[in-house]
Parts: sequence; structure tokens; C-alpha cells
Amino acid sequence: MTASNEPAAVPLSEAHLESVAPHADRAPSYLSAGHTLRSWLLTQDHKRIAVLYLISISLFFVIGGLAAGAVRVELIKPRGTFMSSELYNRMFTLHGVVMIFFFLIPAIPAILGNFLVPLMVGARDLAFPRLNLLSWYLYSAGGLLAITAALTGGVDTGWTFYTPYSTFYSNSQVTMTIAGAFIAGFSSIATGINFIVTIHKMRAPGLTWFRLPLFIWAHYATSIIIVLGTPVVAITLLLVVAERVAHIGVFDPRYGGDPVLFQHLFWFYSHPAVYIMILPAMGVISEVISCFARKRVFGYHFVAGSSMAIAVLGFLVWGHHMFVSGQSMYAGMVFSFLSFLVAIPSAVKVFNWTATIYKGSVSFDAPMLFAFCFIGLFLIGGLTGLFLASLATDVHLTHTYFVVAHFHYVMVGGAISAYFAGLHFWWPKITGRMYPEGPARLTAVILFMGFHLTFLPQFVMGFVGMPRRYHYYPPEFQTMHILSTAGATVMAVAYLLPVVYLLWSLRYGKRATANPWGATGLEWTVPSPPPTHNFDTVPVVTGEPYGYDEADAPLPVTDSVVSATMQATGGKTPGGTA
Amino acid sequence: MSAEIAHAPALHHEHLSHQFEDIEQQRESYVVGMWAFLVTEIMFFGAVFLAYTVYRVLHHAAFYEAHKQLDIGLGTINTFVLLASSFTMALAVRCAQVRSRRGQVVFLGATLSLAGGFLVIKAVEYSHKFAHHLFPGQAFHYPDAAIADQARLFYSLYFGATGLHAIHVIAGMLVIGAMLVRALFDRDAKQDYMPVEMTGLYWHFVDIVWIFLFPLLYLIPK
Repeated sequence: MTASNEPAAVPLSEAHLESVAPHADRAPSYLSAGHTLRSWLLTQDHKRIAVLYLISISLFFVIGGLAAGAVRVELIKPRGTFMSSELYNRMFTLHGVVMIFFFLIPAIPAILGNFLVPLMVGARDLAFPRLNLLSWYLYSAGGLLAITAALTGGVDTGWTFYTPYSTFYSNSQVTMTIAGAFIAGFSSIATGINFIVTIHKMRAPGLTWFRLPLFIWAHYATSIIIVLGTPVVAITLLLVVAERVAHIGVFDPRYGGDPVLFQHLFWFYSHPAVYIMILPAMGVISEVISCFARKRVFGYHFVAGSSMAIAVLGFLVWGHHMFVSGQSMYAGMVFSFLSFLVAIPSAVKVFNWTATIYKGSVSFDAPMLFAFCFIGLFLIGGLTGLFLASLATDVHLTHTYFVVAHFHYVMVGGAISAYFAGLHFWWPKITGRMYPEGPARLTAVILFMGFHLTFLPQFVMGFVGMPRRYHYYPPEFQTMHILSTAGATVMAVAYLLPVVYLLWSLRYGKRATANPWGATGLEWTVPSPPPTHNFDTVPVVTGEPYGYDEADAPLPVTDSVVSATMQATGGKTPGGTA
Repeated sequence: MSAEIAHAPALHHEHLSHQFEDIEQQRESYVVGMWAFLVTEIMFFGAVFLAYTVYRVLHHAAFYEAHKQLDIGLGTINTFVLLASSFTMALAVRCAQVRSRRGQVVFLGATLSLAGGFLVIKAVEYSHKFAHHLFPGQAFHYPDAAIADQARLFYSLYFGATGLHAIHVIAGMLVIGAMLVRALFDRDAKQDYMPVEMTGLYWHFVDIVWIFLFPLLYLIPK
């Protein structure tokens, strides 16, 4: 596959370990390559585009978070505190739309993936830098449309836009919101295509598929889901708009159309979309766990394969969202069975991470604590998914807070913990500064506590029958709702703290070396922050990834070659730099 | 620049972008990227084909009756027009590869004209449907009241699918037009042929979508 990258083409005598040294005096870092606004807004550097994404995605996270806070405050009392029911519906829809389309789906791929995929495969940039910049503009345009829609009346359909409510009854900004989601979809398609091409065609010499970091495998699987799934939801939403605006009815039961068809098409994307959120998160966790346990990832091939298995199986389970929507019982049984199968590759990952930690030299730096958060929360989120995959229990639990709690454990508990793990882990690489370790560890602990306090009560009240999306509720649920809102407040602290100390670190943080964690991987062989073209010389990879076990021993590298197994870490332990 | 060091001098190529090692890698990346994009397009139309399949199975008799109002003659002509345009597009790609500026201008021009012809014929068909109140908007009226609802569904799918296809034809024409202008200004025939080849891939895709749409919409068996 890398036939075009003949190692012989590289001047080997130059491609040696000197690229490990923090030679800031040579190539200027990507951050100092230009200081004008223009140099940022027209950049084609994947690292700068990642930073643009970091800024805009963080803004949307704040908006989605404020909406969540408003919903939680509203639910303190059984008959609401400060909103009308119309406003309440619009508020939880805003929360869902912003968090899913503008935070969770792009967060890890567009920020960390954008920054790291070329670095990890030893390329100077993604395959299509202009397409990459376009994707950020599409994302921003889509986001602005969605926010404009929210400010000019909002949407009350829920993020799922179910017909016929969205096409016929809803008197809110459905069209504009859908236009925003539609445009943002193209941004994620652009990112997906870029990753697929880069991973296929731009790997450094010697970097075979099974020497790729698991982060890359996860992003490859994610990109396949994006490319196959996103167009389907795009056309589906387009048909909703056509039906709403031009009365071209495809889902309208008055004309023989079938709203359940909408649900099929919608979930064909929107279930795999969950894996768009969680697979990159799993990629981050594999990197972090391995680094802070100082061990090779246990069962590398299985972890890589499980990402692909999740991508494939993820496309075969959408019907479990529709057990009570009137789809055939037999279809329900097949979807139920297939949904159980997803548990296998997910469990492979969790068991293999656990086995990686087992007998490792574990240190508890902040990224590792966030990774522990991830495993703990994902475990609960994943296992409760099995309750919902079972036909009989789902009939009882669907449309209750049990579902809300389940998917928040996976998508918020899982994906955001991993996002924080990755953000802290690669913060020195991205900014050239170390974050302060104490506050970061504290954040991980607060996040874990706050999360459970918010969503464990929701499992309980869902199980005893509290329906989701209801504005008013019977008084016996009030205690649970108050606990949940209290937890959300604690979580808010965990989200605000990093904003403070990460911004602080930009100016006052300790300067980062090229490889502060003593981690393996090509991204740690270049200076922090990396120069614009990443590598002075094309790296040649000669070994497997995650060679932590050999960190103190000589590696199978010649002195003319940079190895992905990073002899140059010199066996430094993370604890030594904390 | 630091990137320059990485290249062996022999690998430099006039069309090589900085992120690639050599021109082969760049060309392969274009091809993989374009095919990945076409996969997204297939999935995009795939949902429409799925909806069509479901409803034709559910309302077969009504779909058969409703499809009789479509003009098979014009549809057939249009199929051949589009097939011819794919042929001229293939010739244009060939001309780009052998760096024949004249050939590119001729065949891209021919492709553009045929695509325009397709749209004109399509517009004639559409105007007939509007005149007979077969557009599934507010003014929709179907003569046979018994199957009016299902006929409306058929025409929703007809306008949805062919309309989406027409948007793709227009997008294709814009790109082909850009390639034509590019060839016109390419006096020394030095341009990279890959953009024309990518345009060709896209245009064949647009053609193939019609190859499926035509029998599904115009040739429904009893």
C-alpha cells in the first residue's frame, strides 16, 4: 500500500533521531507561522484548522451546556420553575441539536483527529488541506444557522425531527435548523474523506496497517461510518424539508407515505452516529492507557479489529430505536440480536484496556484519570444498553429517563471523558505548554462524581416510569430530579475548571518538551508545538507501536532511522514530569 | 522550507502539492478521495431508491397507472443524450491525458452541450407535468380519484429523484465548464490531467444514477 513511499527515496542519512530534539531554533512552530487573523482564517495547516475547530466547538459546547443547565433548573419543581412548556420543548431540542451535531460528532475527530492523524502517520498534512479548511467553514455556517434558528424562535421537535410532527404540525424553525444540520453534515463528510485518503495513501515508509496507532484505527473506522451514514441522514432531512416547504410528501401518511420509513432512514445514520462519537474516544483511551501503564496495548490486533467490527455492526442495529414504532416483531427480534452483538467488540476493548493496565507501571496523571472515568462510565452506559436491546425490557424502558441516562453515560460520560483525556494528553503537543496537573486531576474526580450524581437518579426514575422529555411530572419524582440537577451543577464546575487552567497554562504553563510523557508514536518525535510541515525528514518506521516494555532496553532501530517505538524517550516516566 | 529537505530532487513534479511525497501518491490520493466521495453520493441517492422500492412494493398497481403519464419517448431520448455525454466525457479525459488541448476543448464543449440538452428536455417534461397538475404541491390533481394519493406519492418520488439528479447535472456542468475554461487558457498544454479525470468520474456517476432512475420511473412492468 505504501509502494509510492519507497524508503529508498528518503535520504536516510538525514532522517535520524535529531528530529526528536526540541530544535525550536530551526523550523518555526505552526503557531508562530503567522500572527494575523488572515493567517488563521485562510490557513491550510491541519494543526491550525484543528485549533479553529477547538475554539468553535468549545463555543457550541458552552451553548449546549447552558441549554442543559436551563432544562435541569426547570425540572427542579414538578410543574416547572421559569419556562413555558413551549420554551421547555425548544430548550431540550436546542440542547440535543447543538450537543450532537455541533459538539459530540465533530469534537474528537475534528480537533484531535485533525491535529494528530497526519502527525501519527508521518505525513506533512492531510491529503486535501483546502477541503479541510472548507469543512471548518461548513461547520461554522451550519452552526450559525442552527443558532440563528434558536434565536428566532427555536425548534420544538427534539433533535430527532420525527415526522409528521416536524413536517406538518410543528410551528417552529424546523427548516432552518435542519439546514444547519445538513450543512454541518457535509463538514463531517469532508473530514471523513480526508482521513480515509490520508490513512490509505500517506502513511510513512514502514508504517504498515498493523503498526498504526489504535487512535488511527479508530478514526479510520469512524470515517467509514461518516462516509456511509451521513449522506443518508442528509437526504432524509432534505425530504423532510421538501415535505414541509413544498408539500412533496414522502413520509406523509395522508398520501400513503409512512412515517416509520423516516425513522428507518433517520436511525440508519443516527445510530451509527453514536459510534462516530464513541469510536474516536476509544482511540484516545487506547493511547492514554498504554502510555500511563507503560505497557504495550494488550491484544493490539483485537482492539484494532474491534473498531472495524463496531463500525460494521453499528450499521445493522438501527431498528432497536423502533421496537415500539410499529415495525415488524420479527424485524425487532433480528435487531435485538444484532444489538447484543455490538457488546462483543465493545467488551473486547474494555477487557483489553484492563489487561493493559494489569501489572503495568501505572501513574495517575490527569489523562489517565480521565481515561479511568471513561472506562467506568462507558461500562455502565454499555451494559445498560443491553437492557434496551432486549425487546421485552425495552418496551417498558423506552421513552423513559432510563434511555436518557443510558445514552448520556455513553455519549457524555464516555465521549467527553475521553475528549478531556485526549485534550490533556496532547495539550503540550498542541500548545507547547504543560497544563497544571493538580487542578486537572481534581477536575477528573469532580467530573466523575458529578456525572454519577446527575445520571444515576435518572436510571432509577426512568425504571419506575418517568417519561423522557416531559415538562411536568408527578411530585414523587422530585427528589430524583433535584439530585440530578445538583449533579449537573457539580459537572458544570468540572467543565469550567479546564477552561480556566488551560487558558492559564497558555501563558504561565511550563514549557513542554517534545515528549513530556515519554510516549511512543510519531507525533512525539517532533517538537512541541510542531513546525508547520510536521517532519523535517520523512520518518521511517521499523517497529510495532506501543513499545513501552522496551523503553529501557535497546530497540530494533538503526541509528539512521526514527522508530515509532521511540527509543528517544530515554525511558522517562510520566511521573517524573508531572 | 523544511519540507524541501524531505524530497529527493528527482521526485519533484510541476503539479505536486506540498503534502505529498511524489506525484504517484498525489494521483492515487485523488482517486481514492473521489471514489470515497462517490460512495457518499451513492448513499445519498440510496435513501431515495429505498423509499421508492418500499412504496412501489406497497402500491404497485397505483404506481403502474401513475407512471403511464410519464413521457417514455422523451425519457428514452434523454437517456441516449446522457449516455452520449458520458462518451464525450471519456474522450475528454483521454485528451487531457495525452495533453491535447484542442481535443479537450472540443469534447468538454460537447459534453457541456449534451448536458444542457438533457436539462432542456427535462424542463419540457416538467412543464407538461405542471400543466397537468401532476406536481405534488398544493395544486396537485390526479384524474383517477381512487389512486390519487398513491399517484401523489409516485410523483413526489419522481420529482424528488429527478430533481436531485438535475441538481447534480447542473453541478457537473459547472465543473465541466470550469475544466473547459481551464483548457482554453492552457496554451502550452501543461495542466495536470487529474482534475479532468476526476470530473469524468463524477460525470459517469451522474450518468449511472439516471441509468437506474429511467427504468425505475418510466418502465414499470404491469
